[in-house]
Amino acid sequence: MGIGERDPHTGHMTTGHEWNGITELNTPVPRPVYVFLAAAALFAILYWVLMPAWPTGGSYTKGLLGYDQRAAVAESLREAALGRAALTKKIAAEGFDAITADRDLMDTVRQTGRALFGDNCAACHGREATGNKGFPNLTTASWLWGGSPETIAETIRVGINSAHPDSRTSQMPAFGRDGVLPRIEIENVVAYVKSLSEPQSARGHEAAVAAGRKVFASTCAACHGEQGTGNSELGTPNLADQFWIYGGDSETLVKTVWGGRQGQMPTWEARLTPVERKILALYVYDLRRRQ
Amino acid sequence: MFGFHYRLERKTIPFVLAIIGAASIGGFVEIAPLFTIHQTVESAPNMRVYTPLELAGRNIYIREGCYACHSQMIRTLRDDVERYGHYSLAVESKYDHPMLWGSKRTGPDLARIGGKYSDAWHVIHLNNPRDVVPESVMPAYTWLKRTELRTADLRLHLKALREVGVPYTDDMIANAPADAYGQANPGTPLADGVIKRYGETTDVNAFDGSPGNVTEMDALVAYLQILGRLTDVASNGPAAGAAEP
Repeated sequence: MGIGERDPHTGHMTTGHEWNGITELNTPVPRPVYVFLAAAALFAILYWVLMPAWPTGGSYTKGLLGYDQRAAVAESLREAALGRAALTKKIAAEGFDAITADRDLMDTVRQTGRALFGDNCAACHGREATGNKGFPNLTTASWLWGGSPETIAETIRVGINSAHPDSRTSQMPAFGRDGVLPRIEIENVVAYVKSLSEPQSARGHEAAVAAGRKVFASTCAACHGEQGTGNSELGTPNLADQFWIYGGDSETLVKTVWGGRQGQMPTWEARLTPVERKILALYVYDLRRRQ
Repeated sequence: MFGFHYRLERKTIPFVLAIIGAASIGGFVEIAPLFTIHQTVESAPNMRVYTPLELAGRNIYIREGCYACHSQMIRTLRDDVERYGHYSLAVESKYDHPMLWGSKRTGPDLARIGGKYSDAWHVIHLNNPRDVVPESVMPAYTWLKRTELRTADLRLHLKALREVGVPYTDDMIANAPADAYGQANPGTPLADGVIKRYGETTDVNAFDGSPGNVTEMDALVAYLQILGRLTDVASNGPAAGAAEP
């Protein structure tokens, strides 16, 4: 079998293989394929020279460009910080009152604060800060530890029942489980607590409410106050308003008194910068003001 | 060039050798960078190992396919660093077998989720994410809280990890099931053993809110709460400060 002969139709050589009179064309690889192959090889060689590439015993080639992803991200963070420098400086330097009075600055706080809140706080407190069962609503007048921007900032910094050494600490004991109050007294005190915010609920349960008042005075008032209005020094909630963290129905209240509550808020000192925490405090403070 | 290939493909042995040569380039390019590993991986001498409970949680994380929607890799990009914290360092995954870096984020990155939210939040959220995040598309993992954790085979898990280089001691392996129980039951004698073996800073909590038992919820929450906290090399080590402008 001879090496190919020229095919009269295409002008290309054949491979010389023949099967029952059918021969195979030996079409050359198109030129552009070689061009791209050469270009890719050239790119690879150039890239090896320009970028970190090869181990050299104790070290590796750093490349002519000296590119380092970590340096690059540090640089882009520095640039971003520089772009914000004017604002962050102002927010860091000014007091809370001055910032809340400054309309332009508060616009920034609302924008930046919303992003920060979404990333860090919304998981528990909800995207609109209206809270979830077990996680307080931040848009009400009812604050566990005080609602001024200063106290909010401090709460964000140290957290509540958190791992921070200065953490705000407030734990409601398990009056039922630990045997402090018998079941009947728990039900009485719940009836009384419910009557604080819903006076009409006392109708028909006057005896229980009266008995509950006594239990409340001896057991609960030390933390929640004589009138049950809470104490922001101790982080105890106001029981006489319409806002509940875990729920204000009798069943939930019995559960709360029975098992206690040790709600937790993490510390944000290590995770957020002081300016970020200040913006968040102002953002949260501003939520209610805007309503 | 064309003529050379034309001649080469007609000689069997040289052609086979040429194929092997060309194919091994790919392998070489992937293997060569490993020779610089002592330079590119940071050292974290104080890094602690996963406790048995956290390890069990990690296995549940793998079993439930959490990695399919959550990455554990904060990239060296401004957006990633500003949202999730310091970019992930290679050394932070040195006890991860297999690593769970992932490549897809339907949910957020979890590399530094540890300590970001409270245990109670994790329990509510895993039980039904819509209870706290109405717009969430994450499935509800309702069975975790009512399923007792299988601790009997934890010794074998620790042993297997020691085979691949995780420095578990004989003491840790022998006490693995007891430590799993102790870490979820503060105030019990078994809890003291966890502190003794894994250090003062180990979280010992009734993670699922009910002491007295060890559920899969305990294990998974314990694991989530340690993510990014096995070592503080990112915040205090030589690479620190890169994230702080």
